Amino acid sequence: MRVSLFITCFNDALFPQTGQAVVTVLERLGCAVEFRQAQSCCGQMHANSGYPREAVDLVRRFAAVFEDAEAIVAPATSCVAMIRGQYPRLARLAGDPDLERRLEALIPRLFEFTEFLTDRLEVEDVGAYYPHRVTYHASCNSLRALKLGDRALRLLRAVRGLELVELTRPQECCGFGGTFAVKNAETSTAMLADKLRDVLDTGAEVCTAGDNSCLMHIGGGLSRQRTGVRTVHLAEILACTDTVGRAP
Amino acid sequence: MSFTERAHHSLRDSQLRRNLAKATSTIRAKTARVSAELPDWEALRDAGRAIKRETLAELDRHLVALEESVTRAGGVVHWAADAAEARRIIVDLAKAHGARQVIKIKSMTTDEVELNPALEAAGIRPYETDLADMIVQMAHEKPSHLLVPAIHKNRAEIAALFRNEMGEPELSDRPAELTRAARAYLRERFLETPVAISGANFAVAETGSVVVVESEGNGRMCLTLPKVLISIMGIEKVLPKWEHLEVFLQLLPRASTGERMNPYTSIWTGTRAHEHQAEDGPREFHLVLLDNGRSKILADEVARATLHCIRCSRCLNVCPVYQRAGGHAYDSMYQGPIGAIVTPQIKGLDEAGSLPFASSLCGACQEACPVRIPIPEILVHLRGQVVRRSQAGLGALGGEALAMRAAKAMFEHPALMGAALAAGRVLQAPMARDGRIERLPWPLDGWSLGRDFPALPKQSFRDWWKTRKAGP
Repeated sequence: MRVSLFITCFNDALFPQTGQAVVTVLERLGCAVEFRQAQSCCGQMHANSGYPREAVDLVRRFAAVFEDAEAIVAPATSCVAMIRGQYPRLARLAGDPDLERRLEALIPRLFEFTEFLTDRLEVEDVGAYYPHRVTYHASCNSLRALKLGDRALRLLRAVRGLELVELTRPQECCGFGGTFAVKNAETSTAMLADKLRDVLDTGAEVCTAGDNSCLMHIGGGLSRQRTGVRTVHLAEILACTDTVGRAP
Repeated sequence: MSFTERAHHSLRDSQLRRNLAKATSTIRAKTARVSAELPDWEALRDAGRAIKRETLAELDRHLVALEESVTRAGGVVHWAADAAEARRIIVDLAKAHGARQVIKIKSMTTDEVELNPALEAAGIRPYETDLADMIVQMAHEKPSHLLVPAIHKNRAEIAALFRNEMGEPELSDRPAELTRAARAYLRERFLETPVAISGANFAVAETGSVVVVESEGNGRMCLTLPKVLISIMGIEKVLPKWEHLEVFLQLLPRASTGERMNPYTSIWTGTRAHEHQAEDGPREFHLVLLDNGRSKILADEVARATLHCIRCSRCLNVCPVYQRAGGHAYDSMYQGPIGAIVTPQIKGLDEAGSLPFASSLCGACQEACPVRIPIPEILVHLRGQVVRRSQAGLGALGGEALAMRAAKAMFEHPALMGAALAAGRVLQAPMARDGRIERLPWPLDGWSLGRDFPALPKQSFRDWWKTRKAGP
């Protein structure tokens, strides 16, 4: 199957290793991966910060870039949630029925990374080996917008050597929330404090998730407090095998 | 003051943080349990939303029907376009009866129109009789939770307050003793006061019946003992049919207090002269229908669902922002996620424009809402209004607007993005150590409060892809 990778701007600039891991996993599972250089940001920051008109231009761009893609995969739950949840509304806001129609045809071909593995490729064991104690943070968008349920946990349970320890309050937001983390930095940090306590209580050495925005936030706190616990995107765990040691 | 500034203070209050965490987690567990036990809970939520939607679509018709029914039952209906008019109507009614004091129950709407200061200015002393409202009033504070207005106080704090205010220096902080003291104090008020003011949870257009749900029975006292009863309700509270109560009297207690059935549900129709209740209820009944911005909300297609709210407060109890910042950070009688969308629409964006930003958009509120209000979507919609207003003025030249425009330009031109990343790698050099930045410069410095930031890696994904050989 031919898969077009939507890396997302955030991963492109800050977490290229996540994109590389997605490529590794998909190719291992027999997919042909392509990357379209014209792609850009999904527009989430603009839309959620009160700049919907600016976001509309990025919606148009996304539609143009991926129009003829067979399947689009993105390793970022919030960007997929943005596209599924907000794109149709933004197209309506722009008064562009043609764009709306094109999105309607395009959006069913967009998959979040874990969703693509479990639902489209129908695999849970991707042949990974990762001998570490790991806890999983479910991003708000994976839980409530995309309703991904236990897909990530199923993938993690199939990883050889991995010891999975679950959080006591997995449904709770880590406090990132995009510009919220800066505009309401103190409230955001208070939310993070409780999430960090939960992560540390598991005794895990790695905290993983399907979204680097949560992980940047949680990881930023873990690093600031010198906890010695690191954050690793789920795709990077799934990319590790006993011959290919990718563990950062 | 903005939400951010108020939260700056409340976040440091360790007593508040502990009280809130304990109270909200208890109530959250209880509401989750009793809503999950109903096999048709999701269908009830759908029904609640559908009834609210259909009612709002023909609100004018239902309100006129309500007026007719209430009048037929011996009540008097008053229409208040805004807070000032509502205050004037109620103060005039109380004055006409020569009241020196009034008793009050269950009315956030009276807080919304700031009735108590108006009554006091007219020489009429208002006594709150809901236990928590009474505590908040005695402490000269504001409610911090829709349903549990004194959630920020624990029993030790309440005991100290009662000792001072009720003249009972020996009072301990045992709940039974506190309740006894409050009961004795309130009984006197119930018996000596001829005028009561209440809110309303629902009003049924076809019968003219008004409904108040509460847990203590103090409301029942207020609604039945005084000669004159004045009730005030937002116009969105009307329900067309009696049978609609079936849905909401199931949804409300399970979503709010986590009870299967509400302890005291008072329903009255007009005055005691009315044939069905010859021995009960007030001799004179006034119903004040308050607009105060609601028509404007109704006209806004996206924000309209705000008016579905039945004030159950479940969204507060699941909100990670509310749980930490507390109700006073919202500076409103409506707090938490629902407050963050109601308050700016009632008070205006100038006064409450910071509230739509007081959310990480985690979506827990929408998931919990018994009538499925899409709160995150409305928050984002209101953020757009705040930005548009600011862009109409000097805000268009502000740092954020410029940064957003610059970001968009970068996103639209990958070459620009590449150049910006290259520049960033150079500029970060003095700040980055071992792949992390501990202090980000303004305007991102808020991030560095408790979080390191990852340094930009040497190569972006798209640059790596260009150098990579084709896959297998």
